[in-house]
Amino acid sequence: MAAQFIRRVVSNGAPLARYYSSEVRKVTIIPGDGIGPEISAAVQKIFSAANVPIEWESVDVTPVRGPDGRFGIPQAAIDSVNKNKVGLKGPLMTPVGKGHRSLNLALRKEFNLYANVRPCRSLEGYETLYDNVDVVTIRENTEGEYSGIEHEIVDGVVQSIKLITEEASRRVAEFAFTYTKTNGRQKVTAVHKANIMRMSDGLFLHCCREAAEKFPDVKFEEKYLDTVCLNMVQDPTQYDVLVMPNLYGDILSDMCAGLVGGLGLTPSGNIGLNGALFESVHGTAPDIAGQDKANPTALLLSGVMMLRYMKLSDHADRIEKACFDTIKDAKYRTGDLGGSAKCSEFTDEICRKVQSG
Amino acid sequence: MLCSYVRRMALCNGQFCKTLFRVSQSLPVVCTRSFHPSSAAPAIQAPVSKPEGRTKCTLIPGDGVGPELVYSVQEVFKAAGVPVDFETFFFSEVHHTMSAPLEDVAKSIATNGICLKGILATPDYSHSGELASLNMKLRRALDLYANVVHVKSLPGVKCRHQNVDAVIIREQTEGEYSALEHECVKGVVECLKIVTKAKSERIAKFAFDYATKNKRKKVTAVHKANIMKLGDGLFLKSCQEMAKLYPRIEFETMIVDNCTMQMVSNPRQFDVMVTPNLYGNIVDNLASGLVGGAGVVAGASYSAECVVFEPGARHTYSEAVGKNVANPTAMLLCSAKMLSHVNLQYYCDMIRNAVNRVLKAGKVRTKDLGGQSTTNEYTYAIINSLR
Repeated sequence: MAAQFIRRVVSNGAPLARYYSSEVRKVTIIPGDGIGPEISAAVQKIFSAANVPIEWESVDVTPVRGPDGRFGIPQAAIDSVNKNKVGLKGPLMTPVGKGHRSLNLALRKEFNLYANVRPCRSLEGYETLYDNVDVVTIRENTEGEYSGIEHEIVDGVVQSIKLITEEASRRVAEFAFTYTKTNGRQKVTAVHKANIMRMSDGLFLHCCREAAEKFPDVKFEEKYLDTVCLNMVQDPTQYDVLVMPNLYGDILSDMCAGLVGGLGLTPSGNIGLNGALFESVHGTAPDIAGQDKANPTALLLSGVMMLRYMKLSDHADRIEKACFDTIKDAKYRTGDLGGSAKCSEFTDEICRKVQSG
Repeated sequence: MLCSYVRRMALCNGQFCKTLFRVSQSLPVVCTRSFHPSSAAPAIQAPVSKPEGRTKCTLIPGDGVGPELVYSVQEVFKAAGVPVDFETFFFSEVHHTMSAPLEDVAKSIATNGICLKGILATPDYSHSGELASLNMKLRRALDLYANVVHVKSLPGVKCRHQNVDAVIIREQTEGEYSALEHECVKGVVECLKIVTKAKSERIAKFAFDYATKNKRKKVTAVHKANIMKLGDGLFLKSCQEMAKLYPRIEFETMIVDNCTMQMVSNPRQFDVMVTPNLYGNIVDNLASGLVGGAGVVAGASYSAECVVFEPGARHTYSEAVGKNVANPTAMLLCSAKMLSHVNLQYYCDMIRNAVNRVLKAGKVRTKDLGGQSTTNEYTYAIINSLR
C-alpha cells in the first residue's frame, strides 16, 4: 500500500517545465473519425466532472492540400499541438489508396514522437484468459522497418530498408530507463533479434546496454523477440518494461493488448521532443459510430496517462479509480465487455464515482 | 517393384489390424457370445510390417539440450526397433572449431533426403564477422524454403487455450534473414529486407498445396503491407494471385500485429497460415506458447528435395544443459513425422501414440508441463508404453 502510494507520488512523465495544478492549461484534442467524437465527448465530460484544470482546444485534422500539392495535416492543428505541447487524440481513419500517407504517421513525424508507451494491465473484474498482466511496451517510433524506404531493384525483387540509428536507439533506450525509474518499476527488457540482424539490432542492443550502465539501480535483461513471444503467452508476469525497435513494438504491444482484452482497454502515449500525444489505438469502428455503443475506456485511460505526464496525478488517480471501479462493478459495461450499457451510461457512472470519490 | 508392393501391403495390414485392435478395445464387450475375437484371427496378429531395408537419416543434435533430446529419441528408436540408422554430425556455430563443415552436412542431408535436427544457437556476434548465421547458411545451401509447424493442443497438456489446431507455413530463405546489412555512416545502419516474386509465389503455392493435401479449409496470409507497401505488398499480391487458382480453399489476409492479438485471444479461428520469414518466426513461437511451449511442438523445413525435421519453436534451452529436465516431446514428435515421411507409418504411429498415452495419463511429466519428472524418466515412460 505504502509502496503504491510512493509509486503514485513519484510517478511522472519526461521532465518538462513544472506546472502547478491550480493553473488552467490548454490541451489540444483531436476527436477523430467514426466513434472518435463520442468517446472524446465522454472523456471531456468525465474530466470536467473531476474538475481537471484543463481547457480543451478541439482541432480538425482532415487532410488538406498543402502548398506542395500533397495532402497533409492542416497547419492550424500543427500549430495547436506545437503551442500546447500536449494532445489527446481519438482514432483516425486512414483511407487506403487515397494518395496521402497515414495521418498517424504524419503526426508522428511532425511532432517527433519518438517513443510509444503502451501500458497493458489486467482489469479487475473483467476476466480474460490471462490475469496479472502488468507490462509496459516502449517502442521506437520513428525509424526501423517503418522508414518507408523501399524500391524494386529489378522486376520481382523488392528491397525494403530497415534503418537503425544510434541517435534514435539511444534516445528511446534512455527514455525507457527513465520511465522505469520514475514509475517505480523494476526491470527493463530489451527485445531484439540481433542473432539474425547482427548489425542493425546489434546497434540497438548496444545502445540499450549503454543506457543500462547509466541506470545501475534498474534491472536490465536482453531477450530475443521469439523468446518473448513464447514466454509472454505462457507467463506474462515475468516481464515488466519492454523496449524495442519499431516493428517488434508494434507487434508485441498489440499482442499484450490481446492478453488483457483488446485495444479498447489499453491506453497509449507518444512521447516526443517537442510535445506528447496521447491516443487510443483502436479502430474507428464505423459500424457502431453514432449509436452510443462505443467504449471510451482506452481514450479515457490515455487521458489519465496524459494527466500523469502533466503532473496532475491526483486527478489522474481519481479518474482511473472511478473507471476501474465501474468496470469491476459490471453494471454499466459496454457491449464489447459483454454488458449492455450505453456509452453515455458508462460515462455518467464514472462521473458519479469521480464526484463522490 | 514387387518388394515395395509387398512392403506397402504389409504396412497397410499393420495399420488395419491396429485400427481393428483399437476398435475392439474401445467397444464395450457386453455380449461375449456373439463377439468372438478369434474369428478375425488372421488379421489381428502382431503387425508384420518389418521392411527389410534400413533408412539412413542425418542427425544434427544441435546446441543446448539438443544432445539430451536426441539421446532420448535414439533410446525410443532402439526400444521400438525402428529400422533407421543415424548419420550424426556435430554442427554448431558457438563451438565452431569442433563443428563439421557445412558442405559435408549439406551433402549428407541431400543424399539421405531426411534429417533430424536439434536447435543451433545463433550468437549475436559471429567468430568470423559474418552476418549470416549457420542456420541460414544451411537453409540456403539446401534451399529449405518452407518451414511447416503444426501447432495442435496435445491431450493432457493443460493450457489456457484448448483445441488449437493451426499450421504455420513460413518462407525462410529471404526477407529479414537476408544478412545484408551495412553501416552507411557511423551510427546509421541499414538492414535490407529482400522480397522476391518467385519465392513469394513458391511459398504461396506450397501453402495452398499443403492445405489441399491435408484437407484444410482456409489459408491466412500474414503481412504488414500497410507499412511495407512494396515488400510485403509483393508477398501479399503473390498470395492473392495464388488463391485464385485454388477456389475451394478460403483465403484471407491479416496484418501481423492484429494476427498476434487474435492469436492470443481466439486462436481457434486459424487454419493454415502463410507468412514471410520474420513474422513466421514470431507466430510460430507465439502459437507454440499457446499449446505448451517450445518443448512440445514439432516442425519441419522442406526443400524440393529434402526435409529437415526440427522443433517448431527454436530455443536451445541452454540454461538446462545437463540438468536432465528438458522435454523431449517436440523431438520425439519430429522423429515421428520423419518416420511418416519415409513411409514407416507403423513406427510413426507407435511412437506418437506412446507419447500421447504418456501425456494423457499425466503421471510422468517434465518440469515445463508442471511435472517433476526428468528427461530420462519421461523417456522410459514412453518406452514402456510403446505397443
